[in-house]
Amino acid sequence: MNILSIKDLHATVDGKEILKGINLEMGAGEVHAIMGPNGSGKSTLSYVLSGRDGYEVSKGEVLYKGENLMEMLPEERAQAGVFLAFQYPVEIPGVPTVTFLKQAMNSVRKARGEKELDAFEFKKIMDARLKELSIVNDMVRRALNTGFSGGEKKRMEVLQMAMLEPSLAILDETDSGLDIDALKTVADGVNALRAEDRSMLVITHYQRLLDYIVPDHVHVLSAGRIILSGDKSLALELEEKGYADIVAAAA
Amino acid sequence: MNAMTDAGLLRDYETHAATLPGAGSGWLDGLRKGGAHRFEGLGLPTRRVEEWKYTDLRTLASDPFGHAHEPDADVSVPDMDLGAEPYRAVFVNGHFHAGLSDLTGLPDGLVALPLAQAMQNSKAFLESYLGRVATLGRRHFVALNTAWLADGFALYVPDGMTIERPIELVFIGATGDTRAAWHPRNLFVLHPGAQATIVERHIGQTGTYLSNTVAEIVLATGARLNHFKLQDEAADAFHIATTQIHASADAVYENFSLMTGSSVARNQIAIELQAPGSSCMLNGAYLGRGKQQLDTTTLIDHAAPDCKSSEVYKGALDERSKGVFQGRIVVRKDAQRTNGHQSNKALLLSDKAEIDAKPELEIYADDVVCSHGATVGELDEHALFYLRARGIPLEEARGLLIDAFVDGAIDEISNAAIREAFRSHAKAWQGGNS
Repeated sequence: MNILSIKDLHATVDGKEILKGINLEMGAGEVHAIMGPNGSGKSTLSYVLSGRDGYEVSKGEVLYKGENLMEMLPEERAQAGVFLAFQYPVEIPGVPTVTFLKQAMNSVRKARGEKELDAFEFKKIMDARLKELSIVNDMVRRALNTGFSGGEKKRMEVLQMAMLEPSLAILDETDSGLDIDALKTVADGVNALRAEDRSMLVITHYQRLLDYIVPDHVHVLSAGRIILSGDKSLALELEEKGYADIVAAAA
Repeated sequence: MNAMTDAGLLRDYETHAATLPGAGSGWLDGLRKGGAHRFEGLGLPTRRVEEWKYTDLRTLASDPFGHAHEPDADVSVPDMDLGAEPYRAVFVNGHFHAGLSDLTGLPDGLVALPLAQAMQNSKAFLESYLGRVATLGRRHFVALNTAWLADGFALYVPDGMTIERPIELVFIGATGDTRAAWHPRNLFVLHPGAQATIVERHIGQTGTYLSNTVAEIVLATGARLNHFKLQDEAADAFHIATTQIHASADAVYENFSLMTGSSVARNQIAIELQAPGSSCMLNGAYLGRGKQQLDTTTLIDHAAPDCKSSEVYKGALDERSKGVFQGRIVVRKDAQRTNGHQSNKALLLSDKAEIDAKPELEIYADDVVCSHGATVGELDEHALFYLRARGIPLEEARGLLIDAFVDGAIDEISNAAIREAFRSHAKAWQGGNS
């Protein structure tokens, strides 16, 4: 059974149809990239998959590990192992990052029928992940994402992914706002999390992220539909010719 | 008509007044009679009285109140960790309860005792101060309180003395089926350089009662009072509190009021910064649900130059609850170089919740820095989604955000242990919310 199976997915935002029939199959451990120009529906797809309010599915279905993902609340999706790395992680003043991480981890563990972690057990796991990802302790003592640089915010997303151990990670424009050094750091973190039981959907406008996170499959999204699929060489072709040519050729 | 009924609040006044502590001493009788007379004229305020425009007292006025008697059930004081072991005075249904109180170990040279006892032992002290700060004016509830002056807490701290441990004043309401009223009167006088910390807890167990508290506070030159108040009255109770402060040169008054209880509550604070260098911090949080009305009304009177004031209030209002914030700052003509800041932020957690905010700045001096800000908002949808997308259930996510919001006010409490005690009370309110 595939991890993710999207069939003829149509979705609207404010009554306007943005996704117009997406089909996508992802196997366990596969990394798929979705590339597309601005306005093609990339972020809408990530929000529909993670359950954000205001993104209405008008047609089609999405199965996650065989279950109807669209019937689940956002928190239930996360508990079931769907993780969205946000394009713009939200700053939440007043909520300490550590408090948030512990509550998130324990919510997920509780839902999975695992024992909740006490403060000591939690800290042990967090410290280990921080070390693996070379994140300084100082960051988790601050309020969640508050005043973080673009790079810090994206690393915090990767840290959360590492701690919540999802089966399906959706990376929404993880490269946006990052300089090349920050991009490498974040990509290293993501690559370290690649695993046979973890699929990744990498959503990006630019090919450069895919130099570092090398996908198994590449799909081109245009005007709410996947118009072309291929292997990683498709990304290079896009880089060379630009979206306009590829979109025109596929039409 | 500016007055509605008096809800039987002066019933059989002459007869009862003759039995009050200290009755028969001329000045006290006179003070009480003056209060009774004034309340007779004023009655309870209606919403046509400007200062009472937003808080509806009809449920208070609907049925007459009787006199408070001893509670039929056992009462106890739930623990609250204030860091240091406090000196404690407990009042049950308005009367001092010796068995639950512990005032042993207080330093020599001060007055710290229940008002009814002070009427026997410290007459000169009371006569010098009572009714001098909380003047009657057109204050309906001060007049009523003065008419029934009987018990409460009297504190006098002499020059330069610092009382290290907090003084905890616990007012417990437990009236069962009786609809009763009481009128605690507190008097805190700190002489030059004196310092004290007072924690008031108004906690109710059962009953539809009115607790009408008045505090008169005099801070002499360089004195500092840290005054923290938790209002967690019984769900059907009415809590009306009036705190009047006179601050002399370089005196500091800090107040934090956390309101979670009662059906209708008004926390009214008025401070006169009377001499240069005096300052006040008035802060608080009001957390409402059901049909609660929680009113915060403050008046800061900058009557002298070089004084500072700041206010940080936060309200979280759920269901059909209503918050009121009236914050008036007056800067008189001579009060140059005044620094005054006021902020009231309310979070509406339901579309039936309501906040009425009325900041008023009256500035007659020209060299001042004054600001006020009032915001009303809802929980941030983006933040809620972000938390839920990490597996945190909706109610818990709301809780995290509400805590973070309220913490912004609680962080203003200068005393670390008391700050944490109030924080955990605010969190417990949350718990009842889920």
